[in-house]
Amino acid sequence: MGESLGVWVFIEVNDKKIEGVSLELLGAGRQLADKLNVPLAGVLLGDGVKNLASDVIYYGADIVYVVDDPVLKLYRTEAYMKAVISLAEKYKSEIFLYGATPNGKDLASAVATDLSTGLTADTTMLDVDLDKRLLEASRPAFGGNIMATILCKKHRPQMATVRPKVMQALDPDHGRQGKIIEEELHLREEDMRTRVLRIVKEVTKTANLSEADVIVAGGKGMGDPQGFQLIHDLAETIGASVAGTRDAVEAGWLPHELQIGQTGETVTPKLYFAIGISGAIQHVVGMKNSELIIAINKDPNAPIFDVATYGIVGDAHEVIPKLIQQFKELSKEKGGELSYA
Amino acid sequence: MHIIVCVKQVPDTKIIKINPKTNTLDRRSAPAILNPYDAHAVQEAVKIKQLTGGTVSVLSMGPPQAVSIIKKSIEIGADKGYLISDRAFAGADTLATSYALSKALERISEEQKIDMVICGKHAIDGDTGQVGPGIARRLDMPPVTNVIEVTEVKTEERKINLKRKQLGGYEEIEAQLPCLLTVEKEVNEIEYAPMPNMIKAARYEPVVWTVDDLGEVDRSQLGLKGSPTVVGKMFTPPRRAGGKKLEGTIDEQVKELTGLLREKQDLFRFNVNS
Ligand SMILES: Cc1cc2nc3c(=O)[nH]c(=O)nc-3n(C[C@H](O)[C@H](O)[C@H](O)COP(=O)(O)OP(=O)(O)OC[C@H]3O[C@@H](n4cnc5c(N)ncnc54)[C@H](O)[C@@H]3O)c2cc1C
Repeated sequence: MGESLGVWVFIEVNDKKIEGVSLELLGAGRQLADKLNVPLAGVLLGDGVKNLASDVIYYGADIVYVVDDPVLKLYRTEAYMKAVISLAEKYKSEIFLYGATPNGKDLASAVATDLSTGLTADTTMLDVDLDKRLLEASRPAFGGNIMATILCKKHRPQMATVRPKVMQALDPDHGRQGKIIEEELHLREEDMRTRVLRIVKEVTKTANLSEADVIVAGGKGMGDPQGFQLIHDLAETIGASVAGTRDAVEAGWLPHELQIGQTGETVTPKLYFAIGISGAIQHVVGMKNSELIIAINKDPNAPIFDVATYGIVGDAHEVIPKLIQQFKELSKEKGGELSYA
Repeated sequence: MHIIVCVKQVPDTKIIKINPKTNTLDRRSAPAILNPYDAHAVQEAVKIKQLTGGTVSVLSMGPPQAVSIIKKSIEIGADKGYLISDRAFAGADTLATSYALSKALERISEEQKIDMVICGKHAIDGDTGQVGPGIARRLDMPPVTNVIEVTEVKTEERKINLKRKQLGGYEEIEAQLPCLLTVEKEVNEIEYAPMPNMIKAARYEPVVWTVDDLGEVDRSQLGLKGSPTVVGKMFTPPRRAGGKKLEGTIDEQVKELTGLLREKQDLFRFNVNS
């Protein structure tokens, strides 16, 4: 090691726009780089993406490595991996972060293999041990309501994929200066073994979830499909989106797209109802940044109460109908619209 | 067509429960199962084979008991099973796992060339999804991760058309064979195992290899030694401040809650549908 190394962030671009998670990682990476007193660099790949380099700087980077090449027009593991590897070999980094998106995870896995280094998946907390200059990448541990910090002691760069929406992007500083370094990629389209034929956009249920202001989430505690119907009823009453836990999904009460948590979606609504949900860490990492959390659970010791803003200890089958009634009554007072406006 | 599916034995997280008081796993009632995503991977390989003919093999790294998930794969319709089992593999992270599996795959391909490798999107015990793409790199195959549909297998052209889940939708991809796929659950429905498969599975004994059977292997890349990542500390996540359990009868609590929400009226807007 020894040389002056930096913190790198892979900048994911879709439809000529930088993904939110990449901006969040520039925010998180900035903190790590400041602690370590090294530069923060963005790795920007694509076709016609040069103009985005200044944004990468505005959001916190000191350096942007750009590879602009028609072969990189759409994400393909082979092409992107080769571009990243050639940069990594030429410039070296000590920490390298990727968004835990389909492309980010795919790319990071391939790059880690070629660089023979460690990769921590789906990180939700990042820090550095300054003495040892080690990245502390934490994620929910299997088998407990606990987090595990994963270290990569001997290999560089230390790599991690990070869940979207858990880190904070900085406000862009349009006066910020940085260095843009362009590199060339010597790949030919004929040598590529995969082709993207078509991209199909779907307005997924997930997309609605991530935009919802209010989410009503139900868990195994709803008991059965009829019980889970109460979740829909409450959501309908207040115009909220429905979501749930993995156990609710596995019970078949809810499609997988609506699962919140480590293996589902991360959401940050203004208001999140967690009903009949125990509050396992794998669920909590997906919703804990909601502005207000209301827990309804019959077990007063359920861990969900630790993350809830307000909690009601009681049977959901009794509480929800009363809540619906109360919302309706309040709204009558206000002529159809609850005074929440 | 020779398709190999990499399968893993995992604890059934549906049944396994976390004791909320001690924060630890209740292992007593945790049966070991075939990782659900891998079951879909085996099913997909079997479906492809029904179209193209050929062989479906499964490969697992794990303790001797992992034979049970190979039998399960045979029930779904795999023809052949390989288990690599050795102390030297223990404690492997994703990098060391993809190394060991790729060594076994190289060994298998000496017997019969491999046209496709299929893995589940991830294993439900670790959730990393890093092993599949790692194997693809080591075998120099193009990977296609998060596959939700195998649309067409063009045997003559040695190409395959796929749908891959992406942010905000999916993409249609054409890949050259040999390639490596990782599949989502949406890729298929697991079918009921036909009786002859069940009978075959019950009697089936997979090929079991130790490190010594794998030919030239760099032992420093295996198991704990070959794993760059280690678990540092374990900790309970920092608690969120301000938690408040409401008091009184349910009716009182409900009234208080709606009142409290009203105070936050600048935050969100409800439109109550009566
Ligand atoms: C690798 C891995 C990844 C995972 N990923 C996710 C993930 O992404 N998302 C996720 O959600 N989980 C995930 N899990 C599962 C997670 O650990 C928990 O098992 C799951 O979140 C629990 O779901 P639950 O709260 O619905 O069910 P339970 O834990 O069974 O809790 C049910 C709760 O309902 C309460 N209850 C029962 N009856 C009533 C009633 N009548 N009224 C009110 N309350 C009642 C009970 O007191 C209990 O607290 C993952 C697990 C692993 C191992």
